[in-house]
Amino acid sequence: MMAEDLKLTGYRREDGRVGVRNYVAVIPVDDISNAAAEGVSYLIRDVVALTHPYGRLQFGEDLELTFDTLIGTGRNPNIAAAIVIGIEPNWTERIVEGIAETGKPVAGFGIEREGDLKTIEMASRKALEFVQHASEVQREPIELGELVVSVKCGESDTTLGLASLPAVGLVLERMIEAGATAIFGETSEITGAEDLVAAQAATPEVAEAFMRAFQAYQDFIIGTGADLLGSQPTQGNIRGGLSTIEEKALGNVQKMGRNRVQSVLKPAEAPKGPGLHFMDTSSAAAEMVTLCAAAGSVLHFFGTGQGNIIGHPIIPVIKLCANPLTVETMAEHIDIDLSDILRLEMTLEQAADAIMRMTARTVNGRLTAAEALRHNEFVLTKLYRSA
Amino acid sequence: MVKHGALMHETEDDVAVAVMDITAGVEVRVMTLGGEEVCAIRAVEDVPLGHKISILDIAEGEQVRKYGRPIGIATRAIPRGAHVHTHNLKSMRW
Repeated sequence: MMAEDLKLTGYRREDGRVGVRNYVAVIPVDDISNAAAEGVSYLIRDVVALTHPYGRLQFGEDLELTFDTLIGTGRNPNIAAAIVIGIEPNWTERIVEGIAETGKPVAGFGIEREGDLKTIEMASRKALEFVQHASEVQREPIELGELVVSVKCGESDTTLGLASLPAVGLVLERMIEAGATAIFGETSEITGAEDLVAAQAATPEVAEAFMRAFQAYQDFIIGTGADLLGSQPTQGNIRGGLSTIEEKALGNVQKMGRNRVQSVLKPAEAPKGPGLHFMDTSSAAAEMVTLCAAAGSVLHFFGTGQGNIIGHPIIPVIKLCANPLTVETMAEHIDIDLSDILRLEMTLEQAADAIMRMTARTVNGRLTAAEALRHNEFVLTKLYRSA
Repeated sequence: MVKHGALMHETEDDVAVAVMDITAGVEVRVMTLGGEEVCAIRAVEDVPLGHKISILDIAEGEQVRKYGRPIGIATRAIPRGAHVHTHNLKSMRW
């Protein structure tokens, strides 16, 4: 199946980028503004409250990452308009300004000197206006090459490296050939296959940047003095037959396909051009998907073996699985059953066709399993403890 | 009909991945993803779905290959047909 065979529609935003969903988001700046954000989402239909546990007394790089994640999520083209609520006005305004650069409607509210109830009322009046605006934004034809997507796997087992991820790699080759942008990451889970990623770097500079990010993560883990043996591979990975981090990593990198790695991104950093990009992230599913959405991904491919059930509040997460036991016992979580690959009844090219077809349906509005099951994991990456 | 019991990434690998629960004493066909038959192997112990079965004798201290690359070191001798996992295979990284 070629890219031009797919009929895709999406929402073209003020900055020209395309989204595949059309949400109004309420973004709390900090933990104590979650209640007001949820208050707005209870009152006004089709408003998503992106609650989270941080935002107070963070500092330095850790604080900047929280800002980048909240601003980036608000900028994501799956969001038509955004409301920002914080306890005090300065940090609230900073996030509003970051989102406003896209040209989309955005408004901020500070709780101090107002209290929750007045804030909820004022923010809800604005949210009402925003959802009515969003409800009139029409889907229009878009090109596959306009999409920014991301990919990660979780609760991995040996079926990922054998089947699901080589198929995803083919899909990313086709999408990038059509001009699309893709993000992968999971720095610690590349241990044992780092040379393969470096070898696919577009330039020697990108290879060096990747190896620096990789080594820094290794040094961070070693520096804690902890033994990662108990957590990488995870207990779920081991149950699924993965014995070592090298084995897990060699499966993990199959998702790159033969694409060249164009750049190394900081967490939550938006890619500057098309092609495949590596983002320096943890391997925890919700953290990684949240960072990808903040970097502008509008759709995520998630391969699983033993059955990771993650979703995200504003981007569809498409689950692929080739483990025959998992697709049977956890069927409601799996969007694409690839277990026929293991039976040698489906080739990787046929699997890629199936993924492309489901991608088109999902882009055009079909709810993923995670969306329908209300899997709304929005998890900020915390780099170190707060002051 | 089960056409095969285990799949290999590369024909030079030391292990194959069970695509069914393999019971001790049962002989299964080992194939590549491309459908090429590599060998038949008799399991000397149970190998669960998704776990690895050794397709040759591996000595203690030897590297074990999958994807055509080492994935760890054998911590004890692993006979042909054995279950290869954390009890007899260790990472070279941590």
